[in-house]
Amino acid sequence: MTKERGQGRGAKPRFVAPNLGSRTLAMSISRQEVEKIALLGRLLLTEEELDRMTVQMGGILDYMDLLGEVDTEGVEPMAHAIDVANAFRDDRVGSSLDREAALANAPHRDAQCYLVPAVLGEG
Amino acid sequence: MALIDHTATELLEQLAAGRVSSIELTQAFLAQIEQHDASVKAFLRVDPAAALARAQEIDRRRAEGQTLGRLAGLPVAVKDLLCTQGEPTTCASRMLENFRPPYDATVIARLKAADAVLIGKTNMDEFAMGGSNENSAFFPTRNPWDLSRVPGGSSGGAAACVAARMAPLSVGSDTGGSIRCPAGLCGVSGLKPTYGRVSRYGLVAFASSLDQIGPLAWTVDDLALLLEVLAGHDPRDSTSVNLPVPRYTETIRQPLEGLRIGLVREHFGEGLDGEVNAAVREAMRVYESLGAQVKWLSLPHGKYAVATYYIIAPCEASSNLARYDGVHYGYRTNEKEMLAELQADRARLQKVRDTAALEDLDSALVRLYRRTRDEGFGPEVKRRVMLGTYALSAGYYDAYYKKALRVRRLIRQDFDRAFEEVDLIAGPVTPTPAYKIGEKVDDPLSMYLYDLYTVSANLAGLPGISVPCGFSSSELPIGLQLQAPPFEEERLLRGARMFQQATDWHTRKPSTA
Repeated sequence: MTKERGQGRGAKPRFVAPNLGSRTLAMSISRQEVEKIALLGRLLLTEEELDRMTVQMGGILDYMDLLGEVDTEGVEPMAHAIDVANAFRDDRVGSSLDREAALANAPHRDAQCYLVPAVLGEG
Repeated sequence: MALIDHTATELLEQLAAGRVSSIELTQAFLAQIEQHDASVKAFLRVDPAAALARAQEIDRRRAEGQTLGRLAGLPVAVKDLLCTQGEPTTCASRMLENFRPPYDATVIARLKAADAVLIGKTNMDEFAMGGSNENSAFFPTRNPWDLSRVPGGSSGGAAACVAARMAPLSVGSDTGGSIRCPAGLCGVSGLKPTYGRVSRYGLVAFASSLDQIGPLAWTVDDLALLLEVLAGHDPRDSTSVNLPVPRYTETIRQPLEGLRIGLVREHFGEGLDGEVNAAVREAMRVYESLGAQVKWLSLPHGKYAVATYYIIAPCEASSNLARYDGVHYGYRTNEKEMLAELQADRARLQKVRDTAALEDLDSALVRLYRRTRDEGFGPEVKRRVMLGTYALSAGYYDAYYKKALRVRRLIRQDFDRAFEEVDLIAGPVTPTPAYKIGEKVDDPLSMYLYDLYTVSANLAGLPGISVPCGFSSSELPIGLQLQAPPFEEERLLRGARMFQQATDWHTRKPSTA
């Protein structure tokens, strides 16, 4: 991967961010892992896409390695920028989307349902 | 002066005084679109007949003496990730090319209630992922100041249409700089409100803890006007805050007394273009001449913002985009071809008796999902789904996602401390002026690093604004970014207006318009 980056983009000036500090190449990702992640993410990558994705993800994940130098001992994770307490509302019956409107954008449907390929009895 | 060269505030006065009709105004902006959008390509869709019909209706209601909304008769452009009922809302993705939402986003409903004329849906990076508009599945938008350059992104069409005088007001969204970056590169003003200030209901989700909708216009007065219409609590978005919306347009004319501005030391290091650096420093001299005190400060965790952002945003994206399954709405692969492909795969594996691979073979439903998403998503969206899926997967969750959430808090704490010393934080919006189309397209990491001045506001949930503060030697706009503590949009707008009262960068117009 290091080789590929050197070859492919050596001539092109890369934007240099200020004060990035040193980084290691410890967290590179393998092609097999990329293939597995593609399945988990429900993507289907061609051989060529897999090669490219392995190089690009490797480079990006190497950069993420930078976070390793931050001492986060005892720091509470921050999932949201504002502290929102549970937003409750009264349990009142309202109107919901009618069936036809909900099905209107379905790529494959009948009068009442979304249609998908058979999931039972395969094999 | 031509109609299209007036600000939204001026045009509303003319409409109210009867000096111009909404039909005339809408026709003028449609004519500008007709003349220039073939080269700028800011819009994905313009429906002149619908816009004119709406304008006519508002003119009629005005003639009848009816009470009209805040933006009555004024054309407004909206980014194509805001759901508009019954009309295409594509997110610049093949996945949603034929999607017609069954409801209006809250901001669309607010614009309609304000009697605005929705003039068109603007181009963007696919699912708002990108900073150049090159990730649109349909075509890239071009920078009106130099058609060979990017307009910035992801709200590139939203900024370009304002710069090219094709709309007086425009609505964008900002997840990591997507309003401020294109505003800076196109020489217009753009505001990212505090997270929670504007309802996200009906905004097609990218990263739900970071996304925020906001206004773009030439002047900050016009931003104040549009923000007043967009902002406010919405029971349909439980993260929208229940705070009163200040009358921004009424307070914006009051300069900030004893203003203290902070410059972040780390923002002026290696990587910052010399002309951008000089323009921002000159802007500080302008503030000093207005009585402000400018001082240096440090945001020690700022250098981790890009890495933090590009873990959290893809994690949220991979989760949000799981909904595109080819079943409920959006694109779906050709089912017959998919089944034939699967059959061929199975036959091949049976022939070589590869039982392990046969067991792992996709079910028909899984293959449907995978082919649908492979064909419906572009390369950048796939990259983010991959990064997010990886960072959230077993064994990596703590090392990436949780770690990033902890650093996020440290980034926020830096800001909280800084705002004890200063009222606003100023700096560049982007490291350089607009770059050439295609220049960074093969290097996603360098594309991500271009966001280093803007992502912190989203991570910390702060409001941020970009206003024009100069031009490069090759006549490209340079933006000045100001940031304020949460829910201090009023301070931000007042501070930015002081600058626009003292300078005329925001009045410049590209020769292509």
